[in-house]
Amino acid sequence: MNVVIAGAAETDEVGRLPQHSTLQLHLEAARNALADAGLTKDDVDGIATVGTPGPIQVAHALGMTPAWLDGTGVGGSSFLFHVRHAAAAIRAGLCHTVLITHGESGRSRVGAGRWGMGADSLLGQFELPYGVVGPPTSFTITALRYMKETGLTHEQLAEVAVAQRRWASRNPRAMFRDLITVEDVFASRLVAYPFHLLECCLVTDGGGALIVTSEERARRSPVYLLGSGESAESPIISQMEDFTTSKAFRLSGEAAFAEAKITHDDVDHLMIYDAFAHVPIYGLEDLGFVGRGEAGAFIAEGHTSPGGRLPLNTNGGGLSYTHTGMYGMFAIQESVRQLRGEAAAQVPGVELSVVLGNGGMFASAATLVLANRLP
Amino acid sequence: MKPAPKPTPETQPFWDGTAAGELRIQRCQSCERHYFYPRPSCPHCGSDQVEWVRASGRATLYSYVINHRPAPGFEDAGPYAIAVVELEEGVRMMTNIVGVENVPEKLPLDMELQVVFERRGDVSVPLFEPAGEPR
Repeated sequence: MNVVIAGAAETDEVGRLPQHSTLQLHLEAARNALADAGLTKDDVDGIATVGTPGPIQVAHALGMTPAWLDGTGVGGSSFLFHVRHAAAAIRAGLCHTVLITHGESGRSRVGAGRWGMGADSLLGQFELPYGVVGPPTSFTITALRYMKETGLTHEQLAEVAVAQRRWASRNPRAMFRDLITVEDVFASRLVAYPFHLLECCLVTDGGGALIVTSEERARRSPVYLLGSGESAESPIISQMEDFTTSKAFRLSGEAAFAEAKITHDDVDHLMIYDAFAHVPIYGLEDLGFVGRGEAGAFIAEGHTSPGGRLPLNTNGGGLSYTHTGMYGMFAIQESVRQLRGEAAAQVPGVELSVVLGNGGMFASAATLVLANRLP
Repeated sequence: MKPAPKPTPETQPFWDGTAAGELRIQRCQSCERHYFYPRPSCPHCGSDQVEWVRASGRATLYSYVINHRPAPGFEDAGPYAIAVVELEEGVRMMTNIVGVENVPEKLPLDMELQVVFERRGDVSVPLFEPAGEPR
């Protein structure tokens, strides 16, 4: 059975939305995705969401009585997991059509869950006592090791932000659209050396939703799920096996490529979750698009920029487009838009797109291989 | 005040160690490898025949960031390094680096370090300082 993404949409706006609660963002995204799919809530019998307020409240607010629920919550990659799990559930006959919603008042914190972990948690005992202030001071901690072992330069790290801003400048919905230079990155505030503000993701409000179903039930040109993979590594970044490579990135990518039976040459477009500037570097290497230590030069040479041979993060990414706290939904949305030929910064001839999602600080990962045609 | 960890039953021996001025980690009696953080069975081979041992306290600097937006309790610390060190026994842990100015020039990766302990309320947390250097 061919499983497809039959509907995909974001909230009407992303960015600063203090007039929206977290729940409202879920519901608006859900309505938009249903309209995009040409379906109603009564066509949906499965639901998957993560975080506040969870699948039961979202389904109830929509007036749905689901036959299948998934609340897999593994950070910003959760939505990629949901797509994979929904496909398995549809193939197993547990449900027919799944709605996956995301809404997060990440910036305005309206109706949002509480931040923080207890002092008796793993994080609370073995990382927070050292003055960690969220992802900008922990997700980033692998970078100096990577730089020492591979020779990645500070300039190359900054080039990641520069390259993604080129895409964002073509996307009217992107929060930051002015072109920037390496010097601009270096001139921005040091957040956590070696990371400057422009090498860190945004914090925004917003949401998105997907409809996953069988090809037979899709009402509009479908986006096929050719393959997927998922994995996890360590719940705290200090226990990551090797600071220069993500095991979860590698394993989820290998699984997705194997299921889809594709090679790297088949890939026209790539989305890599970019909470911070080093993450696309790890993603390019761990997915096997370039060799170890080569990603920094690859990006700096423009290969991932507009006109390059491997368009990467074409919405502007978490660094320039939007990042609600769980960015994975937006990476999937951009792949769908590119495959439908509807993206703001459309790349000509995109037939196959790969999405790599990250959860936590290199904690979980999932990869999707999406296409607008069957192989 | 800087954040203080709250022990759980499986981590209590670690925090009892730091209170006594010792860095205690676990070692598997089956595969003879050390591991960290505290867990009731070996993450390498799965054996539950594990023991607590006293680590040497010697380590090297594996990686770090220098945080410019202090956490609560760190307001007077200035930009400070949040570091991951690799113990001589092969395991890594997050920590802070003390006894040296926290600037990139003074914190080369792989520099040699030794453990010291800082009291926070009822518990002591392990920190690391340059080995053999005057404080």
